[in-house]
Amino acid sequence: MSTDVTDKVSAAPPPGKDGSGGGGLAHLVLDLVQLVLGGLRRNMRQYGMLIALGLIVVLFQVWTGGDLLLPRNVSNLVLQNSYILILAIGMMLVIIAGHIDLSVGSLTAFVGAFAAVLTVSHGVAWPVALVLCLLMGAVAGAVQGVLIAYFGIPSFIVTLAGMLLFRGLTEILLKGQTLGPFPNGLQKLGNGFLPAVGPNTNYHNITLLLGLVLIVAVVWQEVRDRRRQAEFSLEVVPRNLFLLKLVAIVAAILALTMLLASYNGAPIILIVLGVLVVGYGYVMRNAVFGRHIYAIGGNLPAAKLSGVKDKKVTFYVFLNMGVLAALAGLVVASRLNAASPKAGLNFELEAIASSFIGGASMSGGVGTVLGAIIGGLVLGVLNNGMNLLGVGTDWQQVIKGLALLAAVGFDVWNKRKSGS
Amino acid sequence: MAGPVLEMRSIVKTFPGVKALSDVTLTVRQGEVHAICGENGAGKSTLMKVLSGVHPHGSYEGEILFEGEVCEFKDIRASEHRGIVIIHQELALSPYLSLAENIFLGNEHAKGGFIDWRETLRHATELLRRVGLEDHPETRVADIGVGKQQLVEIAKALSKKVKLLILDEPTAALNDEDSDKLLNLILELKNQGITSIIISHKLNEIRKVADSVTILRDGRSIETLDVKAAETTEDRIISGMVGRDLDHRFPERTPHEAADPKAAPALEIRNWTVHHPIDQQRKVVDDVSINVRRGEIVGIAGLMGAGRTELAMSVFGRTYGRYAGGTVLKDGTEIRTKTVSEAVDNGIAYVTEDRKHYGLNLIDTINRNISLTALTKVAKRGVVDEHEERQVAEGFRKSMNIKAPTVFEPVGKLSGGNQQKVVLSKWIFAGPDVLILDEPTRGIDVGAKYEIYTVIDQLAAQGKAVVFISSELPELLGMCDRIYTMAAGRLTGEVPRAEATQEVLMRHMTKDKEVSR
Repeated sequence: MSTDVTDKVSAAPPPGKDGSGGGGLAHLVLDLVQLVLGGLRRNMRQYGMLIALGLIVVLFQVWTGGDLLLPRNVSNLVLQNSYILILAIGMMLVIIAGHIDLSVGSLTAFVGAFAAVLTVSHGVAWPVALVLCLLMGAVAGAVQGVLIAYFGIPSFIVTLAGMLLFRGLTEILLKGQTLGPFPNGLQKLGNGFLPAVGPNTNYHNITLLLGLVLIVAVVWQEVRDRRRQAEFSLEVVPRNLFLLKLVAIVAAILALTMLLASYNGAPIILIVLGVLVVGYGYVMRNAVFGRHIYAIGGNLPAAKLSGVKDKKVTFYVFLNMGVLAALAGLVVASRLNAASPKAGLNFELEAIASSFIGGASMSGGVGTVLGAIIGGLVLGVLNNGMNLLGVGTDWQQVIKGLALLAAVGFDVWNKRKSGS
Repeated sequence: MAGPVLEMRSIVKTFPGVKALSDVTLTVRQGEVHAICGENGAGKSTLMKVLSGVHPHGSYEGEILFEGEVCEFKDIRASEHRGIVIIHQELALSPYLSLAENIFLGNEHAKGGFIDWRETLRHATELLRRVGLEDHPETRVADIGVGKQQLVEIAKALSKKVKLLILDEPTAALNDEDSDKLLNLILELKNQGITSIIISHKLNEIRKVADSVTILRDGRSIETLDVKAAETTEDRIISGMVGRDLDHRFPERTPHEAADPKAAPALEIRNWTVHHPIDQQRKVVDDVSINVRRGEIVGIAGLMGAGRTELAMSVFGRTYGRYAGGTVLKDGTEIRTKTVSEAVDNGIAYVTEDRKHYGLNLIDTINRNISLTALTKVAKRGVVDEHEERQVAEGFRKSMNIKAPTVFEPVGKLSGGNQQKVVLSKWIFAGPDVLILDEPTRGIDVGAKYEIYTVIDQLAAQGKAVVFISSELPELLGMCDRIYTMAAGRLTGEVPRAEATQEVLMRHMTKDKEVSR
């Protein structure tokens, strides 16, 4: 079957894509508009949220008189939201698979407590404790996963029980007290920055270097991608547009790099988060495992009849959520420099809200890792911006609730309008 | 003879793209049992939905007269108000409510909004007696069998002062004993003056209870026969049902002999028996043995409830019912097909009859649907090569003529025919030796049908073994080298291409229980 596939190049290129041959600026603008509109139509939700995030940033930048995008505040924003974003990545997978996980907030607290007992009470070396904590998260996730996937207990029930259970265990472990401080190494996970080395340039050298490496990597990846598409005789984006896209990406990375480099440099957790986003984004898009998650969430009977091992996939989705919750727990504990029985309160709800704002669907099968990050950032920027403006937490909650309603409401409206 | 109680005149009902009923006329006399029969898709259920107001007045053309008055039902409540009650094939009882509560659901004996339990129980007991049920009215519906549930439905109809009772394939899910009980009840109700319309394709049943029978074919009323008349034989009814012209066009097909006729069949199913997933006493597939060779297209014909889909799905990874015996052989060796992956690994593919629920992820794109079953073919060490995947999908889009701007189009936006091509592509990409196609042309237009026939023909020419399940006899006659027939879970015939006609097949398909005794 595969021999007769390679032969044909797309017969007629769509109008307006005569590419690099000429046509100049007018053509370029036309192409750009077409590309953007096409992308919008295909992926209304995510582009919509990206635009909304941009608007929110601009609004708060104006309202706070430029405080929002000060280097120190951007750094803060990253540190404050890192653990929610980590949870949101895992939650996105859970929701795409058609489930929900209410236990992550409590699990976060429990793992923090476990870390404190290990390092503070028993003097375990922090790298060992870190590995043990991640293992503990994996075990917790695996147990819930077995109950959901193989015993068929609804995830809502299992994780609701988990939420109560882990919260209780946290209090037992900590005897109701706050336990700290953590060893230096662990503190750095949630608070630290990359070390400063090299000559004094007024900028953080390693951060600049990393930014540069990132730019090279992204450009290389994009060029390679385009070349492979051409190799397989598939349609490619015209050259001008491709260059424009590259310039936009490079500019965005450069701006963030300069912002961070002009303060303390890149927070360690940002690097961790970056690796997670790229890694999970890749898994969800390109790994067989990721595809199977979409398949079981989109249409479970059809996935089963296609030979997808739905139970195994569900199990691993929850195991993975446990590990990420453990990581988030370590970050929270590290940031507070103490384990507290009240840590991680309502984190599950923030993670769930991030996923839905970022394009997930209640019925499963839809969503991206990047969407979860965008959703988390919308909530994070709202939080941070309102803090800068001195809005009380009472009104902050009201506004965040409205934001969630507006995002999902827009989606429902948009779908109905397109007549599906 | 009494005059007509119901007249449906020149009924036309159109669904987007399909004319389900064109100029159907039905006259039912007062106090008779009137059977309606026809092949799957002939329009029987649609006609009854028009009559009962499921398809409201205005959504069809034509006139309905009941007891001499023109009726314009706007919903099912309106028709029930006039005494027309329909009992659907899928029973509409609430399993965890009691018999009494179900009988009066939506029609409760109540005083000021509170249920009058004394009157409810008294009346329920009376109605249950009338249909021959001795169960206590406070029993939960879930605790009685399907046969009794059917009777509860009739009791519910009686509570609504039914004048015209419509039963849609009432015995399809029942065993012999329960069927007999039900048919006797229908006769008894007839004596009490209740007129019935019974949709059935079991000719022996029709002969037993019906006074007259109207035959539908391709959305038209063909004729109405007097069942008691001597010339109304089963063959006479069958020829009315299958009179469809063979004007469908099929690809020129020269059935080539298998390269080595002595070689073991590509797929052989022996003594396969499956029980119903819930009603575990009932055999849905009963001791069925079939085989198919490489390069051969083998049809399975049968009416609703024959057990064809159940046979295919239970073989394909035990995805239906409870396995109760039988073996599967591939090229002469026994194989395990307990899970879908085992079946797929053994080179078996099942293309479902219900592509929307069991075949496709409608919210996902064409390329991802095509690659799902055989993702590892476009992946290295668990990582999908998106370019290769896209290329594969593009190949199918061109070779199968899937009409979509790109392979990134969500499958849910495609037409039925194009969705079917995607499902077929998906399973062809999996590279099976045996393809079980379940109603592969259901609900798609003529042009797309022809394209799909061509693809099936090519698959056989490539040496694949094809099992072709279909309710359209001309299609089976046009495409198959051999045709099995099934009825009520049993194999009732095996007809070679040369001997196959619509009449022969239909005779086997309507053979019911008495034959096997």
